[in-house]
Amino acid sequence: MNKLNKRYLTIIIPILSVLLGFLVGAIIMLISGKDPINAYLWLFKGAFKGMLSGNLARLGDMILASTPLILTGLSVAFAFRTGLFNIGVTGQMLFGGFVAVLIGATVDLPRLILVPLAVLAAMLMGAVWGIIPGLLKAKYRIHEVVVTIMMNYTALWLVQYFSKLIIPGHFDTESQPIKESASLRTEWMTDVFDGSSVNMGIFLALIAVLVVWFILEKTAFGFELKAVGFNPEASKYAGMKVNRNIILSMMIAGGLAGLAGAAYYIGYTDHIPLGRLPSYGPDGIAVALLGLNAPVGVLFSSLLFGLMSVGKGLMSIRAKVPEELVQIIIGIIIYFAAANLLIRNWIVKLINRRKVKVNSND
Amino acid sequence: MEYVIEMLNITKEFPGIKANDNITLQLKKGEIHALLGENGAGKSTLMSILFGLYQPNEGKIKVRGKEVKIHDPNVANTLKIGMVHQHFKLVHNFTVTENIILGMEPKNLFVIDIPGASKKVKELSEQYGLKVNPNSKIEDISVGMQQRVEILKMLYRDAEILIFDEPTAVLTPQEIKELMSIMRHLVSEGKSIILITHKLKEIKEVADRCTIIRKGKGIGTVDVKDTSEEKMAELMVGREISFTVDKEEATPKEVVLDIKNLSVKNNRKLMSVKNLNLQVRAGEILGIAGIDGNGQTELIQAITGLRAVESGQLFLNNKEITSESIRKRTESGIGHIPEDRHKHGLVLDYKLEENMVLQNYFKKPMSKSGILQFNIIREYSDRLIEEFDVRSGQGSLTTARSMSGGNQQKAIVAREIDRSPQLLIAAQPTRGLDVGAIEFIHQRLVEERDKGSAILLVSLELDEILNISDRIAVIFEGEIVAIMDAKEADENKLGLLMSGAKEVDSHE
Repeated sequence: MNKLNKRYLTIIIPILSVLLGFLVGAIIMLISGKDPINAYLWLFKGAFKGMLSGNLARLGDMILASTPLILTGLSVAFAFRTGLFNIGVTGQMLFGGFVAVLIGATVDLPRLILVPLAVLAAMLMGAVWGIIPGLLKAKYRIHEVVVTIMMNYTALWLVQYFSKLIIPGHFDTESQPIKESASLRTEWMTDVFDGSSVNMGIFLALIAVLVVWFILEKTAFGFELKAVGFNPEASKYAGMKVNRNIILSMMIAGGLAGLAGAAYYIGYTDHIPLGRLPSYGPDGIAVALLGLNAPVGVLFSSLLFGLMSVGKGLMSIRAKVPEELVQIIIGIIIYFAAANLLIRNWIVKLINRRKVKVNSND
Repeated sequence: MEYVIEMLNITKEFPGIKANDNITLQLKKGEIHALLGENGAGKSTLMSILFGLYQPNEGKIKVRGKEVKIHDPNVANTLKIGMVHQHFKLVHNFTVTENIILGMEPKNLFVIDIPGASKKVKELSEQYGLKVNPNSKIEDISVGMQQRVEILKMLYRDAEILIFDEPTAVLTPQEIKELMSIMRHLVSEGKSIILITHKLKEIKEVADRCTIIRKGKGIGTVDVKDTSEEKMAELMVGREISFTVDKEEATPKEVVLDIKNLSVKNNRKLMSVKNLNLQVRAGEILGIAGIDGNGQTELIQAITGLRAVESGQLFLNNKEITSESIRKRTESGIGHIPEDRHKHGLVLDYKLEENMVLQNYFKKPMSKSGILQFNIIREYSDRLIEEFDVRSGQGSLTTARSMSGGNQQKAIVAREIDRSPQLLIAAQPTRGLDVGAIEFIHQRLVEERDKGSAILLVSLELDEILNISDRIAVIFEGEIVAIMDAKEADENKLGLLMSGAKEVDSHE
């Protein structure tokens, strides 16, 4: 019974965080004289409108917006589950994406080879960008948060430098676009989703969810990585290679971020915008937090964030509620997700109170 | 007779477990009252209720004759109940005085009146014979002194009822003696003490009465002077306990572990094992006696591979293992019950079953082609739990962190013994355990010996060394200063050798 309770709680807390976020958002709207029900209706319509009549464009856009989030969220969650805090998703994603764009823009190969090549190269680059903080942590116990933050800026300016040098675009603010044959977009998906640019990135993301879940929950390898995260001393005692595992964890997290780079830069767009760090890194932290660092949790929270980011436009036009409010709601949801211990205590108290009542009724 | 505290028919339930079931404890003014029970019997829960950390489901609490509801520790404070926790709650880079006044700083207008507080601390310290320097920093004083700071904290807050939670677990024998006299001093000054412990010797020495609980149930209260240690042990465990281990004469065979000229450095880069030579044979228990900090930890870590060797060689079954990896050593037959079960022995956030396979999760049948076989792991863990009587709320699924210390230790012992290692290193295998668990672990160690394992036992408890070793080696400042047959050893002789006395032999 107790075990059931626990599982029940892990599911209910994120849902409650979301509901509380919407509730507080509603209160803010009421105070500023807007109709929250109407606004939320449009928020959801923004993601699902037209679905019943067979127009899947908005649904496609929602999936499109979720795709990189799923991957950056997975990257953060994977690192976190193995005891590391990967703030470097941003840089790993950008550098991975850059390599994908570089290959997509310059290499001449049939699509069937070019796309996988670009994707793999992005993953590899992300992993390489993850190895560095991993190594520094393993060898010299330098905290990965400091290193990864620095690596983000290093990635930003290196990518800008190399873009201008090797694949300069028409404008100063972006790189040369990739060839159409290197894009993750496919005609059939665009057709199915009525013109949305949703692409094969989502399949990569779903596979990644599955693989990460499998590694963490089912394999001896994942058992080892998690053990090292929880207690490096005991892991050493048990004969695990602690340093190697720290490096591997960062590498895998980096690889996932690199994959996010591919999904974004050769799927969502087709070039590298220069001088800007992608916001998917920090958002990935939020997504992982709300999803309680579980792969499936990351998937669902990414979809929710995707929904809000495509719905906010319609909400602001039709219900006259500023888009910023959506950001505020997202912020509040994350706040409640972070305060999950607080919510857990509330629930436990509620359950106990009810139990006492039931007992006194007998 | 006046009772200062009465806990009447207390019942407390947690999901899946009745931690306290109808327990009554009555504390007289000016007595030392022991609360005795096995690990996980519910002693801590009962005291947490008294201290306001938990609310009982049933029963009532009276303080000085008046019924009270203690819903948080602040209420306990105002009722003048104070607790000396097993794990001290001190700020290490603060001074003694600063720690004591923390949370109720006396103020002179805007500044904290440290000199005034310091004076009061000094007076209290002298009044109760604590000999604490109020201006020392916590990080500079010994564990025993730190405990006295915790006591002073309570006295400073005018506590009249002091709860000591397993106070001797962290102390050296000398410090234990001093603590006992401090406790006597405290009651002579009119304080009342509840002493939570499972060490019968200490109860016999210092307590007036003793309340015994077993598996959450109140068994009763006895007068200590009329009750033998054996009787108290029986009441606590529910069966007769033998204090000596029955064992046959050892039949030592080939050398399993051979240590040659071993030198090892400690964390401060000082040589703490010096040119040490030692052999352990199959079928014997070799006990290493010594005062804490004489190189025992470093020696064990060097043998198991947790620490690098400076010079010298290690042989396991005639094969050199000096620079082998930890896993290789484990695989070639070393089992290790580590000194610090939380740091090395367990991944506390893992479930019990995951901890049970911490050494062999990657091997068949626990894993197949790198994939964990959870049903086999569960079966294996369930079997060990059954065989070694590991008690916990949810069996294999319990998080290790939520288990009592004794059961955590049993889990580690189960895991290490079940691998039937050729060399079993047991470092303080019964630290903090109750007599029932100690008896059990000692029997298992002897059984392993009889099956032909070589056992290296390191313990700070001389009783333990004398009780189960076949040979005893004394370590002093990183060197083995004497090796003798256990039959020739006694507490006195070992004690002298442990403190560095060169000449013990009285043959001349």
